[in-house]
Amino acid sequence: MRVSKRATSAIALSAAAALVASGCSSGDGDGDAAASKDGSISVHGVQPENPLVPSNTTETGGGKVIDWLFTGLVEYPNDGGAPRNALAESINTTDSKVFTIKIKAGTKFHDGTEVKAKNFVDAWNWAAYSPNGAQNGSFFSDIAGFDKTYTTDPDGADGPQKAPTPSTDKLSGLKVIDDQTFEVTLAAPTAVFPTKLGYSAFMPLPDAFFAQKPEEFGKKPIGNGPVKFVSWEDNVLIKLTRFDDYNLRDKMKVKDVDVKLYQDETAAYADLLSNNLDFMEVVPTSALAGDKWKTDLGDRGRSTVTPSTALIAFPTYDKRFQNPKLRRAVSLSINRQEISDKIFFGTRKPADSWANPLTPGAKPGNCTACKFDPTTAKQLLTEAGGFTGEMVFYYNSDSSHKEWMDAVAQQVKTNLGINARAEGVPTFAVFRQGINAHQMKGPYRAAWQQDYPDVENWVNPLYVTGGSSNDGLYSNPEVDALAKQASGAPSLEASHEAFSKAVEKVDQDVPSIPIYFYGQQSGHSEKIKKLELNNVGELDITSVEL
Amino acid sequence: MGRYLLRRLLQLVPVFIGTTFLIYWLVWAVPGDPFAGKCGERRCPDQYIAFMTEKYHLDQNVFVQYGNYMKNLLQGDFGQTFSQRDIGDIIATAYPNTLKLALVALAIEAVIGLGAGVLTGLRRNGFLDNLVLVSTLFLIALPVFVVGFVLQWLLGVQWGLVKPTVSSEMRWSELIVPGFVLGSASVAYIARVARTSIAENRRADYVRTAIAKGLPMRRVVGVHLLRNSLIPVVTLLGTDLGALMGGAIVTEGIFGINGIGRAVYRAIVTKESATVVGIVVVLVLVYLVMNLLVDLLYAALDPRIRYE
Repeated sequence: MRVSKRATSAIALSAAAALVASGCSSGDGDGDAAASKDGSISVHGVQPENPLVPSNTTETGGGKVIDWLFTGLVEYPNDGGAPRNALAESINTTDSKVFTIKIKAGTKFHDGTEVKAKNFVDAWNWAAYSPNGAQNGSFFSDIAGFDKTYTTDPDGADGPQKAPTPSTDKLSGLKVIDDQTFEVTLAAPTAVFPTKLGYSAFMPLPDAFFAQKPEEFGKKPIGNGPVKFVSWEDNVLIKLTRFDDYNLRDKMKVKDVDVKLYQDETAAYADLLSNNLDFMEVVPTSALAGDKWKTDLGDRGRSTVTPSTALIAFPTYDKRFQNPKLRRAVSLSINRQEISDKIFFGTRKPADSWANPLTPGAKPGNCTACKFDPTTAKQLLTEAGGFTGEMVFYYNSDSSHKEWMDAVAQQVKTNLGINARAEGVPTFAVFRQGINAHQMKGPYRAAWQQDYPDVENWVNPLYVTGGSSNDGLYSNPEVDALAKQASGAPSLEASHEAFSKAVEKVDQDVPSIPIYFYGQQSGHSEKIKKLELNNVGELDITSVEL
Repeated sequence: MGRYLLRRLLQLVPVFIGTTFLIYWLVWAVPGDPFAGKCGERRCPDQYIAFMTEKYHLDQNVFVQYGNYMKNLLQGDFGQTFSQRDIGDIIATAYPNTLKLALVALAIEAVIGLGAGVLTGLRRNGFLDNLVLVSTLFLIALPVFVVGFVLQWLLGVQWGLVKPTVSSEMRWSELIVPGFVLGSASVAYIARVARTSIAENRRADYVRTAIAKGLPMRRVVGVHLLRNSLIPVVTLLGTDLGALMGGAIVTEGIFGINGIGRAVYRAIVTKESATVVGIVVVLVLVYLVMNLLVDLLYAALDPRIRYE
C-alpha cells in the first residue's frame, strides 16, 4: 500500500458528510472553459522519497505524481465503483488464469514513442527481477515464473547470506503477441488480477527507461498520462504540464500544474487560506479542532471519506494474546462511537466492518466484534481465564495517535479491569522495526489503505498466513483455504462471495480490531471552480476547471 | 598576522575531523532501521533492503563507513541520499537560501539592535530605555515559532500584506518577515549588550577627554564611543550568523523555505548520516570562519590588539 505520513496520522472525516462515494464534485457549477484552457494551478505536495519510477514508489508524495503522469490498463472510477478499461481495449480470459490483453492503438509516451505491448512486458519484467530491488516487486507474484526471477535471501536481509541470483530476468508468464497484444499466464487462477492492473506498479515504461539508470529516469520521468513532466526542484517544486497528444478519456482542462513541495502543513494551509495555493488534499489536524477549517474555508472546504481503516493489531505470536476470547473481549470493551465523537469531534466514523465499506465486494457491518458490549466482554474475559500483568497498547508518537490510543487503553482498563495503558514509540521507523521483527509486547496501532479497490486487498495481505502485512503472524488454516478458494474463483462475484465467508472466520478469531474509518478534509482556492477527488481521495487532476 | 592566520587555519583541521566523526557516529547510533518505516504499514521487501544495503555499504561498521565517506568527501563527492539524490546538489541549493535568510536576519538585528542599544545607552533610565527593556524582554520570552505563526497569520492571512510563504525565487523582499522572526531573539540580545557597553564606555576617560577637547557630540559618539563599544557586539553578531543558519529550522518550516534546517531535520529522521554530515560540515566551516573573521575584526576595531 501507499502510506501517507498523513494517512497514518490524523485525517478525519466529517460526520456531517454522508458516507457516500468519494468522488462528488465541488464548487459552484461549471468552470470557464477559456480560463481553464491556459490556466495553471498549484497543488500541495511533499518531496517524493524515491526517484519517480512507478514500481518503486510506495508513498503518497511520489505516488500522487506518478498517478498523474501515467495511465494504466484499467482505471478506478472516482465514485469507487468497479474498475474500467483505460489504456486496455480489452482484457479477456476464460479461466482467470490466462489473460489476453489488447491495448488501444495510437497512444503515446511523453517522448513521442508509441505505447506498445512490449512496454508493459518489459516494465513488469524489470520490476519482478529481484536484483533491481523494486519496492513493488511482489505485486507480480501472481504471474507464472515469478519464483525464477525473484529470489529470496535464505536468512533474511540482515543475515550474512545473500539471495542467489535469479536464473532468468524474464517472467515466463508474459508473452508479447503483437504491438497491441500480450498474453499473461498466472501461476494460479486469480479473479482479481484485472482489478490490480490499475495500481501504479503495473504502469508501462518507455524504451528510454531501459537505456539509462532507473534513478536517472526517475528524476525526469517519461509517462503516458494526461500530464507530462517538466522539471523537479528538490523540496521546492515539481512542474507538470498538459500532454497535448493525450487521446484517452481523461484529458486535462487546465494547462500547467505546479506541485509545491511543503515540509510543513501549516505553511501550506496558510497559503491555501490566502489563495496562494490552489488545492490541499488534507488540511492540518490543527485546523480540525472546533471545526476551524469550516470557518476558515467556507464553501472552499470539502469533506470526503477514503477507503482506509485504523486498526489495532494483536501480536498473536505472543502467548498471552493467543486466546480469541480475550481478543474479542478487548474489542467489545471499546466504545468506538465515543472515540469518534470526543477525540475526533465526530469527524471519523466508528468502524463496524472488516474491509472498508467503500471497497467493492466489502460487506458493511460484518464485524460482530466491533460492537460496544462491556457485559459480554467481561464474561468473555472470565472464560478466557483473565489477563495477568500489564496490557500495553503501542503507537508511534511522531503523529497524532496519542489521544485515541490513550482512550482505547483507558476503556479497556475501565470496562475489563485489565491494567492497561498506551505507550508511544518515538518514531514510525523504530515502531515498524519492532513490528517487522515480531517483537511487539502488546497490541499496536496499524492502518490500512487499499492498493486497489477489491475486498481481496483487505484479506490476503492482512489475514492470510504469510500475507505481506500480516505482521501479527495470525494464522488460521480455514481462513487460508477459504481465501485461496476465493482468490481463484472464476468470477469476481463468486470471489467476493467466497471472501465474505473467509471474513466470517476472521470475525470469529479477531486477529485485529478495526477502530475507525478514515476520511479527509480538503480545501481549494477561489480560483478553482470545479474539481473531483479520485477513489482514494487524491485530486483528479483532469477534472479541475477554473 | 600571516603566522597567526596559518596557525588558526591549521587548528581547523582537528576540529573539522572531530566534529564530522562525532556527528556521523551520533546519527549512526540513532535507533531505528532506515528501511523499517520506508514502505509504510508493510515490511519492505528483503530484495529492496538488500539492494539498498549493498549500494550504501550499510553492512560495514561505522568506522569503515566514515572512512569511505571522508575519502569521497575529500574528492568533492558528498554521496547520495537514500532517495538517490546527490547530497552535493541539496547542499548547493539549500545553503544559499539559508545564508540569504540569515543575512537578512543579521542585517535586521544589527540595525534595530544597535540603534536601540545606542539610543538607550546614551539616555539611560528614560522612558525609551524602559520601553526597549520591556519590549526586548518580551521578544526574548517569546519562542520563535510563536512570533513566526503570529506574524504569518496576521500579515499573511488576515491582512494580506505579504504572501504567507516564501516563493521558490527567494526574493529579498519576501525574506523580511522571516528574517525578522529568525533574528527577533537576537535583536533583543544585541540591543542589551550594546546598551551596557555604550553606557560603560560613556564614563571612560577617553570619552571625557574627547568632550573636554571640545569635539562635537556627534563625533564623540559616532567615532570614539561607538567604535570602542562595538567589540562585544561584533562577537555576538559574528557567532550569531552560524547560530542563525543552524537555528533556522523552525523559521524555514513556518515560511516554507527550502534551507538547510529542513534538509538536516529530514535527514536525521530518515537516518541519512551522509546528508547530515554533509550539511553540518559546511555549517562547521561557517562557524570556524566566522570566529576567525571576528577575531580579525577586533584588530581593526581596537588598535591595541595585534596578532603575531
